[in-house]
This record gives sequence, structure tokens and C-alpha cells, in this order.
Amino acid sequence: MNRFAALLDQLVLTPSRNGKLRLLTDYFAEVPDPERGWAVAAITRDLEIKSFKPAMLREMIYERMDAQLFDLSYDYVGDLAETVSLVWPGQHGANYQPGLSEVVDTLATAKRAEAPKLVEGWLNALDPSGRWALIKLITGGLRIGVASRLVKQALAAFGDKPIQEIEELWHGLEPPYTELFAWLEGTTDKPVNAMKAPFRPVMLAHPVEEKDKERIDLAEHIAEWKWDGIRVQAVSDSGIKRLYSRTGDDISGAFPDILAAMTFDAAIDGELLVFDPETDGFQVRPFNDLQQRLNRKTVTKKLLASHPAFIRAYDLLWVEGKDLRALTYVERRQRLERLFADTQPERLDLSEQVSVSDWAHLTKLRAEPPLAAIEGLMLKKRVAPYVPGRPKGEWWKWKREPFLVDVVLMYAQRGHGKRSSFYSDYTFGVWRSGEDGDELVPVGKAYSGFTDEELKRIDKFVRDNTVDRFGPVRAVTMGPDDGLVLEVAFEGLNRSTRHKSGVAMRFPRISRLRWDKPAKEADRIEMLEGMLA
Amino acid sequence: MISPADLLHPTPAGLYCPPGDFYIDPVRAVDRAVITHGHADHARAGHGSVLATPETIAIMASRYGEDFTGTRQPLKYNDDVSHRGVQISFAPAGHVLGSAQVVVQHQGLTIVCTGDYKRREDPTCPPFEIVPCHIFISEATFGLPVFQHPHTRDEIAKLLVSVERNPDRAHLVGAYSLGKAQRIIALLRLMGYDAPIYIHGAMQKLCDLYKEFGVELGELKPATIREKGRAGGDKQDFAGKIIVCPPSAMNDKWSQRFPSPVSCFASGWMRVRQRAKQRGVELPLIISDHADWEELTTTIREVNPEELWVTHGREEALVRWAELEGLRAKPLSLVGYEDENE
Repeated sequence: MNRFAALLDQLVLTPSRNGKLRLLTDYFAEVPDPERGWAVAAITRDLEIKSFKPAMLREMIYERMDAQLFDLSYDYVGDLAETVSLVWPGQHGANYQPGLSEVVDTLATAKRAEAPKLVEGWLNALDPSGRWALIKLITGGLRIGVASRLVKQALAAFGDKPIQEIEELWHGLEPPYTELFAWLEGTTDKPVNAMKAPFRPVMLAHPVEEKDKERIDLAEHIAEWKWDGIRVQAVSDSGIKRLYSRTGDDISGAFPDILAAMTFDAAIDGELLVFDPETDGFQVRPFNDLQQRLNRKTVTKKLLASHPAFIRAYDLLWVEGKDLRALTYVERRQRLERLFADTQPERLDLSEQVSVSDWAHLTKLRAEPPLAAIEGLMLKKRVAPYVPGRPKGEWWKWKREPFLVDVVLMYAQRGHGKRSSFYSDYTFGVWRSGEDGDELVPVGKAYSGFTDEELKRIDKFVRDNTVDRFGPVRAVTMGPDDGLVLEVAFEGLNRSTRHKSGVAMRFPRISRLRWDKPAKEADRIEMLEGMLA
Repeated sequence: MISPADLLHPTPAGLYCPPGDFYIDPVRAVDRAVITHGHADHARAGHGSVLATPETIAIMASRYGEDFTGTRQPLKYNDDVSHRGVQISFAPAGHVLGSAQVVVQHQGLTIVCTGDYKRREDPTCPPFEIVPCHIFISEATFGLPVFQHPHTRDEIAKLLVSVERNPDRAHLVGAYSLGKAQRIIALLRLMGYDAPIYIHGAMQKLCDLYKEFGVELGELKPATIREKGRAGGDKQDFAGKIIVCPPSAMNDKWSQRFPSPVSCFASGWMRVRQRAKQRGVELPLIISDHADWEELTTTIREVNPEELWVTHGREEALVRWAELEGLRAKPLSLVGYEDENE
């Protein structure tokens, strides 16, 4: 348990991604099976311990200390596992420290009534870090800032394998992943994915840059609209149906409407979108509406009715036992069309193929798409196989130009990691009419888009022009005549009830510093409001 | 016997003694001040007269200039003075160099005001002494059961292990310029670390002062990088080295001049993981100059006063604990003492 606790402690405090990867690969190299596999499952949250519940923990601690003293402590620390780990009265003589595997094995076979006694014994013997790790492990609330993708990346690095292979296997594997580690260490062959309806790592596109245009022969490509939803994979395999996000997370639980419509035996790559239930056909609603349905485990009937989802299908990867990924795009598309003709699935439609004559035509389409939910165009090579990752020269994306707005810097906060000594997180605003004349209203935050050199200059501006401090946040000079104007690029605008300004930007980033522009000439809220459909 | 509240009671300026007409650690300028130790929230400049240990007086003069007060009244540990019939003496508090508990006696009543204190190892000052009293006024900076500081030497060992494992990185130890910095340095020496230790410019004067009072700090060098017209080392010279700086410098641009710095913060607050994470600390060192929960409760039991008064920090929990122990207790609710960077 101590080695696992040390790993978690270090992961919490290591800001850099590479640092975290190194901690994980070192751990995989040092720690034997099955321990390392349980650690992976705990971090990716694929470990469920049914015999112990967080409520038991509270009961146990109230038996040991004054409730008021515990509550004061919990109030201060703000995390149940950490508070308990710090106030738990260690017992002299209790020195038997359990291993991670022992904890998992023992609790897996224990009855609910036995679990608290077992946990008590372990807590008595462990130190605060060990107790914290134990509690996090058994209550499943391991929030340590490590995404499951990072763990897969670490596994890939550890075994020197492409991450796609790990992702493809993932849903067919069970903790503690001994066969996976054996393969990664080169002692056995790659495990066979016995799972039905597995995830297949997705193929991604390169952005079109000016220099690419002459290399791309439009006659060899087919254009499709790029939709502003989320990329998904719908897999139905002998009655098992799953909906995956593009990183392979299973999001089926939140989309029973889609699952019910998967009347085929195939793996379809497409865009998940929400449509307007009041109209015929799939009238695509803004991304904001889709967002209501994301990041939940289940969904209410009401939301299913008001925000119905559908998939706009792009590609077919597998059908009735046959892997189609080696075929060309044109061949796969034909199979996809045939599948649709045969099964006519509700809640799915085919992505329209857009005929383009030349770059001038394409430029026009990109600038004036027929619908607001289109964020650009895709160009797919007719002969391209379906290759996981981002292969060169097969698929291209040409996103529409971002929207631009001139804003005034209002607040700045220190960044994290290598930026921790710079003010790199910015809140900015635009002008509106207030009771005492014009005032700034915050409309968004940006953390990126600037060069290191620009960052230094903004940082200096913040330090030299601080007028107020709120904890880690600094307010800077912001009047009509003195203030820093930033040109911010963003992908779209939504109505928002959470923001004072009533608007929320999608993916705002700094595109230029306008040292030359007086603050009073920055944009006004009316300009943004005019953009709302 | 005089009632305790008539001998000492809180006022907006600080803890006041009417018969002796003096304040203990006043937060504003007053005529007559008794100062427990040199930290800025306890020792302010501008009082008419200051009664403190010779070390504390020297620290105040070094920080605020020679004219920090009208009259200086140095008083050694365990000596005493009488003022208007009130007897005042100092007992070591073990907090920093010169730190003292103030023992106030009048008409048979004894009140001990601890100022800040700890019971752990500290080579830079004499250890805390138990003084029997009727009223014990304890600080409560870490007055919650979650604060159980680990063994100090284990924390120093953590630092030494990290230095050894990361020879390519500089270790930046954030520590209070007065007390914590010198204690860390002295402990590193005691544990056999004899390489030069680099210090931020803001610590030079106080380290010199500690040396004058006979505290062994070994070889200290300025943490300066050679630049145009300035002496100092190359950036790479600081790889594998320990640099001690004020906590505020850790997240400052200043820290960027060192090779991939490991930010270490020596503080009791580091006990709470999220506190460490919020401050961007990579290696938290749980080393405090304040008593933790165990030290607070043990000390109160040993002193065994008739009544406990609790000041600055988390008073509520310590008062609750006293209640459970059957000891009369109340919070003093003094304002103006804070120790975020402890």
C-alpha cells in the first residue's frame, strides 16, 4: 500500500504531463503483478469495491472521536478521505500493513458486514498517506488529475507499443490486466480481444494550411461538412450495443435513444448531434444543446424528449464480422450506404457528400456554410484506408475562420506547471452601457494563443498595472484610456445564464495583442449579442 | 486575588495589562510593548518602549532599523522586571531565536502568554519550558486534530533524498526568512549535509544575525546568477543544490533562473495535500515552528492551568477539546495575527 500511496502522492503534486508519465512507467517497471494492475484500475476508475461504502467511514470515525472536532476538521480540509486519514488515531503495535492486492482480494470476497472491521484494521496500521490511498481506493473517488488516457499512454510507453493498440484492447480487458502487462513486457503475444463490440481507435484529420493547398488534388478527394458535435463510434455486435467517445470512453448510459436505434450489426463512425424535436428531419441544434446531454451517467425522460440525439454517419469500420478498415474510403462509403438502405436505422443519417469544383468554390462554402452547426469542411482521399491516429495526407479538415473580437483585459491569474510564475490565465470583457456610463462586462477567459515572448509582455503589464488583488487573482487597470486590448479568436457563441454578460464563447484564445488600440475602441456587448442566433 | 480579566484582557490594539499599563504583541503603535518574538505580525515598529529578549530586540533592529522604538528594554530568559507592581519574566517558547513566553504575575495571580511556540527539535533556540500558572494563553495556529506534523528529521531526510535523486535540478526551499530558514539550514547541517547552501538576498541579514548569536549554519552563499556586471554562478552551477528563499519567491519569476527547480515548501500547512497542490508545491516539507495538535494538547495538560485562553488560529476546536477534558476555556478573538506562510 505504501508504494501505491507514494505514487498517488507524487501524481497529485507533479504538474507536468511528462512527469506524470514517468512516475507511472517507473511504477509499472518496479511493481509486480497483480499489484500494478490494480493500481491501473484504481486510477482509470475501473475498480469497483462493492462491500464498502463511504457512509461506513463516517460511522467509524464518529466512534473514535468527538463529532464536533471531526466536523471542524472536515470543514477545514474539505475532503473526507484526507480528513479521516489525518485524524484517524493510529494504534501502536498495529504494524501489519496490507498490500494493494490483498486489500482488493479481501474486500472482493468480504460481506458487507465484515468490511468495516477489515478496513479498521488496515487504517490502524497505515500512516496518513497510506490511509488516504486506502480510502480513495475503496471508496472509488480517486480524483488525482490523471485521465484514463494518460494511463493508457503510460502503458504504451512502458511496452513501447502504439497507444491505439492499447485503446483497442482496453474494453476487453479486466483488472488486474496481467495478460496486458505480459504482452507489454514481451513475454507473451498480444492478448486477443474477446470482447463483443470493442472500440476501434479513430482516424483523425490534419488541418489544411495555405502551403498544403497545392498538394491536395481535389479530384482525388471527397468533401463532407464538418459538424459541430462530438465524434463517436456506435458499435453493435451480436446484440451488444455500445456508444464510445473518440477516446474510447463508453458513453452508452446517457444515450438510450441512440442505442435503441442501433438495429444493425456494425461499427459506425459519426458525429453525435442533437436535433430540434419540433421539426421534421434532423435540424441540428447548437453545440450548447448537446452539452446538456454530455458527462452524465443516465438521462431523464424529459431531456430525451427535449434534446433528442442522433448520429450523422461518416464511415463504416466493421460489419457483420468483417473488418472494413483496410478498404478504401469510397468502398467503405458504399458499404455504409448499403447498410443504411438495408436497415434504415432511426436516429442515424448519412453525412452529405459535398461536390466541389475548385478551391475558390471550397473557400466560398467554408465562408458561408448553409447551417450554423457546420464548423468547416472535411476532405477525404478516395483511396484512403481507415488508419487510427492522424496519418499524413489522408484526411484534411478545413475549419471556418474563427470569429474575432477586441476585448479589454480585466483580471489575470497565475498559470500552472511551467507557467506557474506567470500571469497566464486571463479574464476579459467588452463595453456596455451602465448606470454611470460605459463599463466593462466580462465575456470570457483565455489561457492560450500567445507566444512565450507575448506571455512575458502581458505578465509584465499585469504586474505593473495591478489595481486590486483577490486571492490569486489580480485586477488590472481597465479604463477607456488605459487598459490592454486583446484580439480574441473563438469558435462560436452561446447564450449563457451563468455568465453576467449572457454569452459564453467556445474555445476562446488570444490571437493578437493590440498595444496600439485604445481600450475605449474595444468591442461592445451589442456586437456579440448580434451574433446569437 | 485580582481577577484574571483585570490583569490581562483583549483590546483592539492587542492584549492589555491595565495595572502594568503595557500591551503584549500590540498590532498598533503603543507606549509600552512586551514582544514575544520577532515575526512581523507580533513585532511591529513604532512603540514608545519595547521589552523583549536581547535576541528579539536585535532582530527588530535588523528588520526595522535602529530607531524601531523609543526605548529598548532587553530582558534575558528567566530574569524578571517589575513594572508598577506587575512582575514580568520570559521563558523560552522554542518558536524562533529569542522567542519567549511572557509570564505576568500580580497579587498572587500568574498568567502565561505563549506567543507562538512549538515542542519539536530546533537547533536555533532553547526548547519550550513549562511554567506553572493559573491562566495559560495558548496560540492555536494548528489547532485542529488534522494537524499532526511528522518527525522533523524525516522531512529533512525527504529533502536530502530528493536532492540525491535529482542531481540535474535545483531544490528551492520556501521558508520564512526569520526562523524557519535558519532552522532548516541548521537541521541540514546536523544531518550531515555539508555542501554550501544558497540563500535568497532577503535572508542574508537574518542569517548573519543568527550566526552572531552562535547558531551554526555552515557555508552560505548568495543564490545569484552571474549576469552583466554582477558576480554569481552559472545557471547550471545550481543543479543538485539547495536554495533557501522566502515562500513568496518560489512562484515568482526569480525562481525561473534555476535549472528545472523542484519547489519545496517547508510549512505545517503542507499537511493538507490540496494546500500543497494549490501552491504548486512539488515536494511539501511538513516542518512547522508552531505546535501541532498533539503538542498543543500535551502542553496544556502538562501546564495544567485553571483556565485556558486560546488565541489566533483555530480557537474553536481547542476550546471544544478543553471542554471535553473538563478544563475551563475561552477564545480571546484577538485580530491581526496570521500565518499563511508559516
